[in-house]
Amino acid sequence: MASNENQNKPSQTRVKNLDHSPKKAMLLSIIPGMGQIYNKRKLKGIALFILFAAFAFVMFDFVASGLQGLITLGTEARVDDSRVFMIEGILALLFTVFYASLYWVNIQDAKNEAQKIRDGWTPGGVMENFRNSWDTAFPYVLIGPGFALLVFVVILPLLFMGFLAFTNYNLYNAPPRNLLQWVGFENFIRLVTLSEWRDTFISVLTWTITWTFVATTLQIALAMFLAILTNDKRIKFKKLIRTVLILPWAVPGFVTIIIFSALFNDNFGAINTDIIQPLFNTTIPWMTEVMWSRIAIIMIQVWLGFPYVYALFSGVLQGISDDWYEAAEMDGASRWQKFTNITFPHLMFATGPLLLTQYTFNFNNFNIIYLFNEGGPAVRGQNAGGTDILISWVYNLTFTNSQFSMAAAISLILGLIVATFAFFQFRRSRSFKEEGNM
Amino acid sequence: MKKLFSKMRDRQYSRKEKSRFEVALIYFILAIMFVIIAYPLYWAFAMSMNTTSNLYTASLSPETWSLENFRWLFTSPRSDYLLWYRNTLFVSTVVTVVTTLTVSFVAYAFSRYRFKGRKNGLYAFLLLQMFPVLMAMVALYILLNIVGLLDNLWGLILIYIGGGIPMNAFLVKGYFDTLPKSLDESAKMDGAGHFRIFFQILLPLAKPILSVVALFNFMTPFMDFILPRIVLRSPENYTLALGLYNFVNAQFSNNFSRFAAGAVLIAVPIATVYLMLQKYLISGLASGATKG
Repeated sequence: MASNENQNKPSQTRVKNLDHSPKKAMLLSIIPGMGQIYNKRKLKGIALFILFAAFAFVMFDFVASGLQGLITLGTEARVDDSRVFMIEGILALLFTVFYASLYWVNIQDAKNEAQKIRDGWTPGGVMENFRNSWDTAFPYVLIGPGFALLVFVVILPLLFMGFLAFTNYNLYNAPPRNLLQWVGFENFIRLVTLSEWRDTFISVLTWTITWTFVATTLQIALAMFLAILTNDKRIKFKKLIRTVLILPWAVPGFVTIIIFSALFNDNFGAINTDIIQPLFNTTIPWMTEVMWSRIAIIMIQVWLGFPYVYALFSGVLQGISDDWYEAAEMDGASRWQKFTNITFPHLMFATGPLLLTQYTFNFNNFNIIYLFNEGGPAVRGQNAGGTDILISWVYNLTFTNSQFSMAAAISLILGLIVATFAFFQFRRSRSFKEEGNM
Repeated sequence: MKKLFSKMRDRQYSRKEKSRFEVALIYFILAIMFVIIAYPLYWAFAMSMNTTSNLYTASLSPETWSLENFRWLFTSPRSDYLLWYRNTLFVSTVVTVVTTLTVSFVAYAFSRYRFKGRKNGLYAFLLLQMFPVLMAMVALYILLNIVGLLDNLWGLILIYIGGGIPMNAFLVKGYFDTLPKSLDESAKMDGAGHFRIFFQILLPLAKPILSVVALFNFMTPFMDFILPRIVLRSPENYTLALGLYNFVNAQFSNNFSRFAAGAVLIAVPIATVYLMLQKYLISGLASGATKG
């Protein structure tokens, strides 16, 4: 009953029309528009029918050939471009999904309206109906352009990448000169069974995880330490201090990374010539030895990344009421106890999900790896450099080795890892949503 | 009695001293942080003032400084700096206008209307926000190559716009959610249509967040290095970040002081904007991420 309150004119008498069957409307809707005509909305029914028929008529050839191309990936080398076949196939798939969901909406619409008619509702005049459908359609009109962009720029490439991972696209088998074939899970199997791939994959994955964990945690720890220091009541010039501490965040990252890579240069970088050499009478091979490169990159990332977390923490700390600490002092709590029982929980509660995004950010932090020394130094027996993380390895495979399928397969694994992270974040933010309206 | 008194005084004194020592220690740690933060930035600034391209002989004291590098960037016929500046401005402007407009539409729909598929749409946006566009770089590279948008500024523009939509939409939606609904309801009573409510009532109120989004999108092409690196090939199409990188890259004869000069010119305005807007940027990003 509640559902027809909006549409009802107050004067209308509600006579239940028990002969009108929603099931019948649904069945009729298998031919789009027929259900609506049965619901006595002829204009809407005819319009729907023409729309669906026209789309089906125009797109049928494209969809059929697209889907077929997606299966065969072309039959004649040098004439058929497998990549184009794949993309057209994906577009055909997307269109099919779109069409199917509209079809489903059409059936649901016929059913709902029939149900309302059964409950005694009569459709209004043409103009009123038209206005109602404009009201319903309006949010979709608003979302349309953004959604279309998203489909073509984000979803299509992601799907394309997913499909590429199951083909044999590499330097020696590249369209348009050759045809691509579906190879199933072969790329993934090679990644874990062939020793040249497996060794690289395992060492890159291990370093990626270590890097993410160590760099981000240090970043957060330093930020927390400094935020607590600068929150001390006895410290003056707080505003100035905060501004300076946030400075590394404000300077564009690519600029600072390039500066650091010059400062860390083995032969003439200032860190070796001005600090290490005079103090220890030796130089450190920052660029040429894997361990030192890794240490340098972690230090740089801490420099780059702590200010944002620091700014977040400072904001939270200023908001913690003094009452907490005073009460704790009355009970004779030590400084450490105050930290573990008041400060730390407050910080984590307020910024938890944001800290998680810091981890995902570093997991895919291509910038610093590439700009410092392009993932180097080279490591014997593997086709990734010593500081390469998964995403920079993917970059190298794509742009220097033309191992497109392998790159796509690794991207897919990368995506799965990120999706797992996303899932946890999802659950967190879902609990946020339950309170407010999403 | 006297003894006790002096002992008490002693303890008080030592506590005061302890506090003073702590404060000094805090200042000392902060001073070290200041040096660590300032040194690389100062060093880069000093480099930009040096005419020698040799990092070894460059001087950090202002005596021998000159503006030669800056002059070279703007006047030398061999310098593409102004061209790169124009490319970047072009990309930034198009991206800013299109993104701000599309995103405010999307955010308005998600914030104010209850429609079928809304919840799933929001989840999809939330999920897509987690995946950087970069992850699909293999596919993007091949796609752009086929469509003929590789080494083309429009290819870059498209990726920036599409990739930025989910996150920006969440930011703006979060802001729309804070505006009272009674405003648009009373306008509806007065007979205002959907578009009228949006353009005349909500949009003016959302100016703060829209300007932050616009500014953010405007600055991205100035700071981003990777996407131009993937999309653009020929030097006359470069954006600033990519062009500057090639100053220090081997093929452009490793000219660090020219890179430093060009970088200072980008970094100073951007850093100023960031520091001025830090409050909005940090709290805005924070609320965007937690509200989700």
